[in-house]
Amino acid sequence: MLELKNIAYGVGEAGKGKEILKSISLTIPDNKFIAITGPNGGGKSTLAKLIAGIEKPTEGRLWLDGEDITELSITERAKKGIGYAFQQPVRFKGITVRDLIGLAAGENISTAKACSYLSEVGLCAKDYIGREVDASLSGGELKRIEIATVLARKTKLTLFDEPEAGIDLWSFQNLIRVFEKLHEEIHGSILIISHQERILNIADEIIVIADGRIVKNGSRQDILPGLLGTEGGCRFTCEPQRTAGAEA
Amino acid sequence: MDEIQMELLKQVADIHGVPQGAYNFRVNGQGAARNTTEHIDIVTKQDKQGIDIIIKPGTKNESVHIPVVLSQSGLTDLVYNDFYIGEDCDVTIVAGCGIHNGGTQKSQHDGIHSFFVGKNAKVKYIEKHYGSGDGSGERVLNPQTIIELAEGSSMEMDTVQIKGVDSTVRTTRAVLADRATLVIKEKIMTHGSQYAKTDFEVNLDGEDCGVNLISRSVAKEHSRQIFLSKINGNNKCMGHSECDAILMDEGSVSAIPEITANHLDASLIHEAAIGKIAGEQITKLMTLGLSEAEAEAQIVNGFLK
Repeated sequence: MLELKNIAYGVGEAGKGKEILKSISLTIPDNKFIAITGPNGGGKSTLAKLIAGIEKPTEGRLWLDGEDITELSITERAKKGIGYAFQQPVRFKGITVRDLIGLAAGENISTAKACSYLSEVGLCAKDYIGREVDASLSGGELKRIEIATVLARKTKLTLFDEPEAGIDLWSFQNLIRVFEKLHEEIHGSILIISHQERILNIADEIIVIADGRIVKNGSRQDILPGLLGTEGGCRFTCEPQRTAGAEA
Repeated sequence: MDEIQMELLKQVADIHGVPQGAYNFRVNGQGAARNTTEHIDIVTKQDKQGIDIIIKPGTKNESVHIPVVLSQSGLTDLVYNDFYIGEDCDVTIVAGCGIHNGGTQKSQHDGIHSFFVGKNAKVKYIEKHYGSGDGSGERVLNPQTIIELAEGSSMEMDTVQIKGVDSTVRTTRAVLADRATLVIKEKIMTHGSQYAKTDFEVNLDGEDCGVNLISRSVAKEHSRQIFLSKINGNNKCMGHSECDAILMDEGSVSAIPEITANHLDASLIHEAAIGKIAGEQITKLMTLGLSEAEAEAQIVNGFLK
């Protein structure tokens, strides 16, 4: 279980220049599939980075299974079971897909096992396993490899930042199945930042973040109709999909 | 051969004993062992130090190993090795030099390798440089490679210097005839106060010939590297050079490209990128549970693999 209490994050002088997140309190129970949505620039990605330890909050604390992890490094949090799939996956010259999956799994895994993670995300394993994770891969390929590495980690809390970005429609249905399977197999929690109705549709709970605050938080049944319904239009789900561009 | 010499041999030529095919071992400035085959002859030069390696036309799937080992401190060794590769050959040549300097005097090996590659022949050339020993004496290697590629021939040269060489000037000169192709892949890592200079000059004289120079290097601590690449497009040809360097600590790298097109249909590209390891690469590997130092090591290993 992950708990966030009064988390604030700002940039600029002593974090007072611009507040990206304001007093976020949140509990992510075990074995839950939670989707975070909301307008671009609302602070969703920042929240994921704070949980992974890539950014440190200016105020507030985080607990993982009752342990205060606020001061822990990225590495320590990763070892305690936090997995994180980047919105914009990183490229590495010379490191192969197999190397990366092996590093993620944290042990010497067999090639067959490494291939099975690629197959799960819809990549023909034999075409990809030996390739370098460099500029020769397309954005969509890289994104799926990123998801495969996170699957290989089998963490108890897994964060996905807009996993659908850059994934073609053909592969999208497959992606949904990946999340459903992960949810069934690993009795941990999944936190997905997404704008996609089909992803929101399989979540247990939905959190809406806008302007650095949680504006809605509840079960899918309670939240989703409001997002898709007439009230306020379909502001959060019908925005044009971005394929690139960092989000604050 | 003693243990140190065997270890050097293993490092530079992946040899764990006597190799298959033709070979010539040079140890501390003298020939130590030689084997010739039906198709590959090795002849000692009469006028200067070195050997001629003569490969008969049409020789396929054979290899030649000519490693050099220096384990005696204070020795300066200069050799000329000339390779005559006949038409339609398909061969692998493994050279390389290992220096172990446990003393206080400078040890130096300057190998001048000339390749005369016949029409439509194919050559894979592997060259490794390695230094070891804890003496204060410098370990110096200055390899020169001269390549003449005849019509339709191709050569791929892999050159690696990962450890222990204090100072190196690596000079490569190549001339390409019609439809000849040359690929050079260089990998260098320097540390301490080492110095490495790479100097390529390729003349693309033939029609439809092409060269691809790829250099990847890591400069650690106070080491310095200079990458010079000069490509002259004198005909309808393709030329590409790429220098990618990772800087660490107080390292310094200069990349100085020069591409000259003397023909309307010469197409020449140079790319160079120097910088420290991208922060996001380290972050990504840390999210997989690696420490910062482990992440750095993985990135460098992959880069130089």
